[in-house]
Amino acid sequence: MGKVGRFGIFGGQYVPETVMNAVHELEEAYAKYGNDPEFLEEYRTLLRDYAGRPSMLYYADRMTRDLGGCKIYLKREDLNHTGAHKINNVLGQILLAKKMGKKRIIAETGAGQHGVATATACAMFDMECEIYMGKEDVRRQRLNVYRMELLGAKVNSVDNGTATLKDAINEAMRDWATNIDTTFYLIGSVMGPHPYPTMVRDFQKVIGEEAKKQLMEKEGRLPDCVVACVGGGSNAMGMFYDFIPDESVRLVGAEAAGKGIDTKLHAATVAKGSLGIFHGMKSYFLQNEEGQIAPVYSISAGLDYPGIGPEHANLYKTGRAEYVPITDEEAVQALEYLSRTEGIIPAIESAHAVAAALKIAPEMKPDQIMIINISGRGDKDMQQIAEYRGVKIDD
Amino acid sequence: MTKNKIDARLEQCKAEGRKALITFITAGDGGYDCTEKAVLEMAKNGADLIELGVPFSDPIAEGPVIQCASERSLRNGTTLVGIFDLVRRLRKETDVPLLLMMYLNTIFCFGTDRFFALCEECGIDGVIVPDIPFEEKDEIQGSADAHNVHNISLVTPASEDRIQMIASEATGFLYCVSSNGVTGVRSQFQTDFAPFFEKIHKYAKVPCAVGFGISGPEAAREMSQYCDGVIVGSAVVRLVEQYGSDAPKEIGAFTKSLRDALDA
Repeated sequence: MGKVGRFGIFGGQYVPETVMNAVHELEEAYAKYGNDPEFLEEYRTLLRDYAGRPSMLYYADRMTRDLGGCKIYLKREDLNHTGAHKINNVLGQILLAKKMGKKRIIAETGAGQHGVATATACAMFDMECEIYMGKEDVRRQRLNVYRMELLGAKVNSVDNGTATLKDAINEAMRDWATNIDTTFYLIGSVMGPHPYPTMVRDFQKVIGEEAKKQLMEKEGRLPDCVVACVGGGSNAMGMFYDFIPDESVRLVGAEAAGKGIDTKLHAATVAKGSLGIFHGMKSYFLQNEEGQIAPVYSISAGLDYPGIGPEHANLYKTGRAEYVPITDEEAVQALEYLSRTEGIIPAIESAHAVAAALKIAPEMKPDQIMIINISGRGDKDMQQIAEYRGVKIDD
Repeated sequence: MTKNKIDARLEQCKAEGRKALITFITAGDGGYDCTEKAVLEMAKNGADLIELGVPFSDPIAEGPVIQCASERSLRNGTTLVGIFDLVRRLRKETDVPLLLMMYLNTIFCFGTDRFFALCEECGIDGVIVPDIPFEEKDEIQGSADAHNVHNISLVTPASEDRIQMIASEATGFLYCVSSNGVTGVRSQFQTDFAPFFEKIHKYAKVPCAVGFGISGPEAAREMSQYCDGVIVGSAVVRLVEQYGSDAPKEIGAFTKSLRDALDA
């Protein structure tokens, strides 16, 4: 690890002085509570009784037979309360915020899933909640905006820059610096300054721990391959983490290739990015040679981010995990495929993982096993998928 | 190593018993020529140090005024290389100490050593990098030192017990942020200045300048009581936004009004 908060050369705490004390305060609180049995018991109780964990590990029989390769299991994070893996992290951080005596929560959101999960937890914990969301994402994910407002959150539409996730993060960071005394910034992915990448991964690692145990019960062995989609990378990090020491397990992240990685319209950070320092961390970013952060594109508002969490950057650099680009078209086809084959409509983000699996599984042997993380459900995406397919579903 | 121009000028201010005036302008906003003229006007009308803002796609420490200036400048095609060329031209006409205010990624992607070597070669005397806190300053400090460029440290009201650590290692001057949050003109400050500056003066070994939110002559004079200099940024940038290519003259007059207020 080397320096605190580093994954190899990646990570760090590159944030303005104004928030440094808050970052240290969070670091200390997390060090205190992160291994505290009472805190963890409270957290696990919330995961069980409120989020509905453990999520199922489902054997996708039709998909397995159809593809004719390895056995395929789906980790059903889409069945969590609020419809995605995001709630795991939110419940952990909000519990920490409460212990720290914070009353106001801010968060960024791309697709809106993290925003909805945060608004949900704030309602339950009786905390003030403000969400920053790019104007473009507000348009793409109107239903989630309404859900957040219904839950009592204030949603701020961000019209700066590219009006998507990175701009929402910029604005949340500005709010945090302004209201540093009262406000807890509840980051939704394994990104930002230390301790966020570690803390968010710890609150998401339940995904991989459960999946490993569940597969042991069903098959008595480890999987050969696990696949998850990667924007900032929280569901993938949660899924991968417990498998990192198991070197026989191939770890595959699916990143958003939009219209294709040879076009300008993509968000494929590993395929096309370079080393940089932004949003508090040293990692890979899509940027030009002068370090201006590039506008990114994906059909998926949740993967539409020009960077990747520092631990993923290190998994890539050390060769422990591989990252494959998936286009919009491949993701939409995968969403349709899983819907028709297994009766499960995945989020368009998760459909990127399914698409990667559709390429890899047929190459694997029948006695091998793959787990795909279905990080969220697709209800929020119906309007947009219909639009993509040229189907009109409202006026 | 020759004496850094920032140190020389601030010592001169002290010797003359006056407050230092530090102004900021986003480089390339309104075009390089506009920036060049504006810098010369500011120098002529009493600015002691001048900060050139290097536009960045995602300026997280800036309020709306400088964010917009940054966007306008990038749309004009401003680049770091272009800014160094501008500095070379300026150095033929003025000795005013110049600093670059910029984000770390710009330095890192350009190549840290290459960047500071060019700073020295072109005549940049200091950098202000708002997203590099004390704990991460090793990222650039060695290279900055090797090329006689000050890496200016910032303290804010939220720094509290960190002030001692930061102030005692500061070089050039200590940038005292008037209030938590982002850059931009404020109509009033929430900060309790007396204890904030008391702590700063206890530990600082270099001159202290206050910035963020200073709107004009009156605020500059008011704030100057707490330290050795004042920094005015967004109020200058707003003149570029308002007057376009006529801005340099207006900026000159505005600088003079700030100078007069500080000297009164």
